Amino acid sequence: QFPGASAEFAERLEFIQPQVLAGIPVYRVMDRQGQVIRESEDPQLPKEQVLKLYRTMTLLNTMDRILYESQRQGRISFYMTNYGEEGTHVGSAAALDDADLVFGQYREAVFSPQIPHFPSFPSHSSQRKIPRFFPQTPLYFPTENFPDFSQNPPFFPRFPPAVGAAYAIKRADASRAVVCYFGEGAASEGDAHAGFNFAATLECPIVFFCRNNGYAISTPTSEQYRGDGIAARGPGYGLLSIRVDGNDVFAVYNATREARRRAVAENQPFLIEAMTYRFAQKSPFFPP
Amino acid sequence: RSGSPLSPPAAVSQVTVRDALNQALDEELERDERVFLLGEEVAQYDGAYKISRGLWKKYGDKRVIDTPISEMGFAGIAVGAAMAGLRPVCEFMTFNFSMQAIDQVINSAAKSCYMSAGSISVPIVFRGPNGASAGVAAQHSQCFAAWYGHCPGLKVVSPWSSEDAKGLLKASIRDDNPVVMLESELLYGVPFEMSEQAQSKEFVIPIGKAKIEKQGTHVTLVAHSRPVGHCLEAAAVLSKEGVECEVINLRTIRPMDIETVEASVVKTNHLVTVEGGWPQFGVGAEICARIMEGPAFNYLDAPAVRVTGADVPMPYAKILEDNSIPQVKDIVFAVKKTLNI
Repeated sequence: QFPGASAEFAERLEFIQPQVLAGIPVYRVMDRQGQVIRESEDPQLPKEQVLKLYRTMTLLNTMDRILYESQRQGRISFYMTNYGEEGTHVGSAAALDDADLVFGQYREAVFSPQIPHFPSFPSHSSQRKIPRFFPQTPLYFPTENFPDFSQNPPFFPRFPPAVGAAYAIKRADASRAVVCYFGEGAASEGDAHAGFNFAATLECPIVFFCRNNGYAISTPTSEQYRGDGIAARGPGYGLLSIRVDGNDVFAVYNATREARRRAVAENQPFLIEAMTYRFAQKSPFFPP
Repeated sequence: RSGSPLSPPAAVSQVTVRDALNQALDEELERDERVFLLGEEVAQYDGAYKISRGLWKKYGDKRVIDTPISEMGFAGIAVGAAMAGLRPVCEFMTFNFSMQAIDQVINSAAKSCYMSAGSISVPIVFRGPNGASAGVAAQHSQCFAAWYGHCPGLKVVSPWSSEDAKGLLKASIRDDNPVVMLESELLYGVPFEMSEQAQSKEFVIPIGKAKIEKQGTHVTLVAHSRPVGHCLEAAAVLSKEGVECEVINLRTIRPMDIETVEASVVKTNHLVTVEGGWPQFGVGAEICARIMEGPAFNYLDAPAVRVTGADVPMPYAKILEDNSIPQVKDIVFAVKKTLNI
């Protein structure tokens, strides 16, 4: 046994293929027609909550249209739409607890004060007075339940601070988790590597949630990476990892709920890669 | 000396900068359980420069943490922990490596209070040796006083003596803002007198206040960190020739105590700044600009002069290295030039 790795010897010179499995499988609950495939995987959410998920996704979609057109009309300076990815945001947000910390990127509008909260979110009777708009670009607004961590673009080095926050809350309180959202493009930044590595070595209760929507501005995933997406990187860092169908809100909900529960119970990091598709261009600044 | 932290001695004694820093860390770890130290080699190895000697043994894994080799990683972790309520002391093995993490220091730490309209505070200290050492050449000898001093949202301190080191580190840890503390590896082993008061657990030096190390009437010498010592040596040499220098130890780079410098220039009418860093856009340049903009300008009898490190990447050859940093003779020369003697 070497100090650096615990493994068997091999007597044949053989390189491991980048795709050890034929691509990590995509977990889903519903088929393309929206029918639950396996009853055991149905999260059995009460009807009101399912309606709320649907209403929120529709609200997000409507808000997108209004705010995007406002931007095109010059009435606001910037907006980013969620078209196609509503399932990832709403499904994962519904799975979190009140006191969890969220480090968003820029497309997690579901956490904004403008969206009515889920039953699991704290109500509007929040004690703290949080300024809604910071002196920064629109969309980088504070999340009301987690008022301290506003959203940031992919080049903002969020991964290590998210892990650091997880480390701090682990010490203080054994029931909270941190969720760190990012796109598959942001995962190419160097600090993603540092964040994943440290989350594992420091045993932090954090869920890394990757929205793999196929594009980073105009860069398709085929140019962003050559490995099997982001989920395949997780095991390399010692992270429990899963790939889910991001358009399947129940699958996203199940995966996030379970990852969050175990991250807190076992003090270890999780990586969820939600596969989806970005229907619009990234933002009005970047014409398609 | 074995592996235990220095126990506080009685009266005035000689204490090295290293031991003063160790005392400060020990006292602050004891005082506030949210304070913790992280960095490469800080725990089991007692610190790359032994600043944290004995602390891991005393406080354990939760308070003194060895990290993997990723400055970007552990600086960012520390910032996140600070945002979530802890008070980290993040050690860079030297500030040269802080360039790997500078995004975290500036964008995550320095700007967060402003960007959040005050709702996020980042009570973190980034500390480590800065500037020239001995024979470590270009990539390990850079001075970052000007780089960090440039940025709003950061406080930047630069101690010289043991008293400075202890008082400023304690003040930095207790400050709710991100503070960059630029130490000097060459000063770690240097003993300074520390009064009984300075050795007490509540000894704190205010950030943003310079100290007049020596009173004088003919010329004002302003420096930070190791060059303060060189200025005092130059002052001793010049004193023999009848020139009395007033030596100011800046102690804090940002916010800079320009008022103390102004008051001194009003008295002496001559100004020489001394720093180890490169001349362009440096600490001396900032001092000169502010003097020009303020009331002291009218009291200058000659243009202010900057003595700085040579404008080259630090050489490796000893003779070149020695001549690339300000020496006592350079300070004496600059004073004589400005006094026209």
